[in-house]
Amino acid sequence: MADFDLGTGRDDVQLRFREDEQASIAAVTVDSFLDQTDAEAVRIEPGDDARDLLPHLARLRLVEVNFPSYTDGRGYSAARLLREHGYTGELRAVGDVLVDQLRYMRRCGFDAFAPERPLDEADAAAALERYDHVYQAAADEAVPIWNLRHG
Amino acid sequence: MYKYDHYDQAMVDARVEEFRDQARRRLEGKLTEDQFKPLRLQNGLYLQLHAYMLRVAIPYGTLSSMQMHALADIADKYDRGYGHFTTRQNIQYNWIKLEDAADILADLAKVEMHAIQTSGNCIRNISSDQYAGAAADEVVDPRPYAELLRQWSTFHPEFAYLPRKFKIAVIASEKDRAAMRLHDIGINIVKNDAGELGASFYVGGGMGRTPMIAPLIRDFVPLNQMVTYAEACLRVYNRHGRRDNKYKARIKILVHEMGAEEYARQVEEEFAHLLDQGVEPPFAELERIRSFFQPPEFGTGLTEKADRSDPDFALWIDRNCSPHKAPGYVSAAISLKPVGGIPGDATAAQMHLMAELAKGYSFDECRVTHAQNIILPHVEIGRLHELWTKLDEAGLGTANLDNIGDIIACPGLDYCSLANARSIPVSQKISERFASNGKGELLGELKLKISGCINACGHHHAGHIGILGVDRKGTENYQLLLGGSEAEDVSLAKITGPGFNEDGIVDAIETVADLYLERREDGERFLDTYRRLGMDPFKEALYG
Ligand code: HEM
Ligand code: SF4
Repeated sequence: MADFDLGTGRDDVQLRFREDEQASIAAVTVDSFLDQTDAEAVRIEPGDDARDLLPHLARLRLVEVNFPSYTDGRGYSAARLLREHGYTGELRAVGDVLVDQLRYMRRCGFDAFAPERPLDEADAAAALERYDHVYQAAADEAVPIWNLRHG
Repeated sequence: MYKYDHYDQAMVDARVEEFRDQARRRLEGKLTEDQFKPLRLQNGLYLQLHAYMLRVAIPYGTLSSMQMHALADIADKYDRGYGHFTTRQNIQYNWIKLEDAADILADLAKVEMHAIQTSGNCIRNISSDQYAGAAADEVVDPRPYAELLRQWSTFHPEFAYLPRKFKIAVIASEKDRAAMRLHDIGINIVKNDAGELGASFYVGGGMGRTPMIAPLIRDFVPLNQMVTYAEACLRVYNRHGRRDNKYKARIKILVHEMGAEEYARQVEEEFAHLLDQGVEPPFAELERIRSFFQPPEFGTGLTEKADRSDPDFALWIDRNCSPHKAPGYVSAAISLKPVGGIPGDATAAQMHLMAELAKGYSFDECRVTHAQNIILPHVEIGRLHELWTKLDEAGLGTANLDNIGDIIACPGLDYCSLANARSIPVSQKISERFASNGKGELLGELKLKISGCINACGHHHAGHIGILGVDRKGTENYQLLLGGSEAEDVSLAKITGPGFNEDGIVDAIETVADLYLERREDGERFLDTYRRLGMDPFKEALYG
């Protein structure tokens, strides 16, 4: 079966927060991923149910989550769910990814970004460093303020 | 009252700088208006008909006198000398310049205030009972739970781009003074048979074009799991709420279409999973927050009787004061509904005065109510006359709480770009009519609520009498609704029939009010009589 390559190429990844070598594999749709036994990369659209992937996390090396529009926030839940269930591979946000969403995306477990339109790197760095602390737990390592208070 | 520590302060300070930076990028053309819009909205900045409007969060409606002074200063410095208190216990400024917005946020941060998440499709400011910590009937002070949820929801990374805005109210008594079941999530803090505190969760209420009363989803969530349960409620909504149609995107539609039972089942599933994810705050945090809401040092041996020899004063006590848990005290309402005034508006001078009075008479605290009034929560009965005299001199002594003159009205066509009709002039006419014919006082409790369009910002669905502005062939027309309530006897109002023009609607209100006066039985409020008689006699009187 010839899979249409939906994925972003290596070159499209503008920001990456992983130590490992970037995998150069093509992501397939969730449906076609579920049909195969050897696919290692998948692309989640907003309407897909990330839970369908949970039985297959071990073989996944790359999950792309598409944001056709930054206003559709389903991808944040998808990302966090995958991390909560133990996915440790690359989690890449693609599509309408903007500077002011980066921090929330990082907190939900994204560790690579392939924005449709390249971001101003200085603005992106500033946005990621703006806040020293967080109020609540998410999929990152940040310790919530209420734990710091009662440390 | 809650006080920021260095963590809270750093958060709001960083927010000011972030907004400055976003505004700069907008001006440099790095952000389109479309991209800037959700960012400014998450900072409470709306574009209205004539200018920008800034909405400032007043968490659970509680303000110190210092904060009230600061709000007055902002009205003077950046607006036209007044502010508008809203049905979500916030304050709005209607004449703001974009260039000033970051400076205003900086001024707010100095008094531990902000405009974070006061608009946009995120978790909004959390509202509560305006008599919290004072009400004779409360189980506990609900505000510590609201504060805990405030922190949890602030910059929540997963829930910043929900299908639609999300409003949470927290109360802790059987009487509902916060329209709890008309919120996306309504939480009632209750005691179980074992005497333990927990949270009842009602999910999927709301007004707007499809009003719904929130069903009970879980009757008792232990306090040490409350945040986790809220997280589960939101996640199910974020994943499954409709995004294809903005008018069907609120959680009420999801709960309705899915069924409350199925929604509850999915929440339970998510909740079971999240309990292992460590999202719940340490219980010590709740205790830390509670320590800020300890009752003030009430006096003892105080008089419990006021001198009622002045009839105007006696009337004000009867109308505007409510029972307090401490002997010798009451909570006193400052009506922002003078006869013929703009509901919820206060001048900077009035705000300064209310701040001073909060300091002098109410342990430095005041509250904003969802009915757009101000409460001084803890006032000694023996000092009420003194207080009332000062209020009256400043035009703040109107005795009409929950009466027909205490109208909730949205900004309507005078300010709002979505409006079909004007709300404010209609409310002014009604308030004048019932003041001059003397029936206002006779009618007793009668909650009247006006919205200038179907979005229902003025809560017309929940009015004992509701008015909805519609556009009829290019002219303003007003539909009349009867029988709604936002309180513990919550119900949705029904439309009487064909609408009326601006003068016609004022006459129509008088017609239904007269019918009530004629037909009421012992102790019945307007709402009770309506419920007993049904719609027919009212229709008959209106349309003959
Ligand atoms: C003038 C600018 C305003 C605009 C453009 C506006 C817009 C809207 C819209 C579109 C909705 C419907 C949301 C939905 O059903 O999804 C809504 C609901 C609401 N608005 Fe406003 N509004 C404005 C001012 C206000 C003010 C001043 C208040 C408070 C006094 C307010 C309080 C509310 C409330 C309580 C609701 C109902 C919430 C619910 O559906 O549960 N709004 N508004
Ligand atoms: S009800 Fe309609 S007219 Fe009134 S403020 Fe809301 S959107 Fe505007």
